Amino acid sequence: MSKKVPQEEYEKTLSWRLRQWLDGTKDPFLDNVEMKPQKKFSEEKELVVKREKEKERIRERVYDVRHNAQMRYFNKFYKVFSVLFCLVLVFLLLVAVSYLPTFGNPENPVNNEVAARYIESGLEETGAVNIVTGMILDYRAFDTLGESHVLFIATCTVLILLRNDSKKKKKDGEGGETDDLENDRLHEPKNDVILQTVARILVPFIFIFGIYVILCGHLGPGGGFSGGAVIGAGLILYLNAFGFAKTERFFTEKTYKKLSFGALACYCLAKSYSFYTGANHLESGIPLGTPGAILSSGLILLLNICVGLVVAGTMYTFYVMFRKGAY
Amino acid sequence: MQIFTYLLLGFLVVCAVSVSLSKNLLNSILIYMSYSLIMSIIWILLESPDLAITEAAVGAGITSILFFITLKKIHAIMKDKEEEGEEKDE
Repeated sequence: MSKKVPQEEYEKTLSWRLRQWLDGTKDPFLDNVEMKPQKKFSEEKELVVKREKEKERIRERVYDVRHNAQMRYFNKFYKVFSVLFCLVLVFLLLVAVSYLPTFGNPENPVNNEVAARYIESGLEETGAVNIVTGMILDYRAFDTLGESHVLFIATCTVLILLRNDSKKKKKDGEGGETDDLENDRLHEPKNDVILQTVARILVPFIFIFGIYVILCGHLGPGGGFSGGAVIGAGLILYLNAFGFAKTERFFTEKTYKKLSFGALACYCLAKSYSFYTGANHLESGIPLGTPGAILSSGLILLLNICVGLVVAGTMYTFYVMFRKGAY
Repeated sequence: MQIFTYLLLGFLVVCAVSVSLSKNLLNSILIYMSYSLIMSIIWILLESPDLAITEAAVGAGITSILFFITLKKIHAIMKDKEEEGEEKDE
């Protein structure tokens, strides 16, 4: 944190001059320029109607719509040609599909030495019974790291686009935004008994299923992404049933920050460790354990948990941002 | 089993076409949800349960919830239909 400098001292520094130059208050030729706040654009209703009429009249004059045979034909054939164009596209795509190799043929180009290697020695090298998880979290762990970062970036973008800062709003006190606030009050669940009862029974099972899917990602079907999505959906159901007041007790913006940072950093560290020691057939140093046990297959369990946390946080944050715009 | 697969695939095509042809936005989201569910069954038949779980959770659950909220925010759903949109989950 930098110390706050008094105004006079700040005006002597270079950053003040840069700031002025950026804002446009100081011009090299005109010296000081007075900056006026921009007027809000507003238009009266009559003017809009008049303008629209004018537009219509000009269109009438120029094209002579009623008597213009060409225009009429164009409008008629436009639809026909759009359908024809779509059909031609469909035909071309189907022709391309017909050249694809047949489904399930052992001679297909996908059945090359890479797939054979995964199937034959995947269990020995990664220790994961589920070959898919062994592939995406061991052989191609960097892909998955990129994917979880894509999710994180998506959340950042949604936060930038949809977030409305309630503190700032109170200061400005604009009329249009308070309407939105009241609107959000309307969206608060109204203590629906059926929904609450169902949620009370279902949510624990959804959570347990999600955790099971994450933890057993290397033993059976599932993994970080699907388990995280299930947990996120359970969180959303809980939020719908009991409202923001209850979820904010355990999941706030701070929680999300810590969660996603922790998970992504953990993934990065774990995988960079494996990059330095495990890649290129160096020994990774982590015992693979007996295949089929839950504590086996090296780093895969840890990576699954990281991905699951990121995905669950992302899903929940998406929902909250779409619904309310703040935690 | 073969007949069941073809039935599902036919249903998939019908769903995909009717999503774009449906005039009511809420209906098209519901059809889209059923599209995802059928897709997840097809994934199971293709022996990839990993994808089936993800498709069911993301495609049928979270994506359609986000669609519902968006429709509600742009006031595209009727007032009495709004309640339905909230409760569709998982």
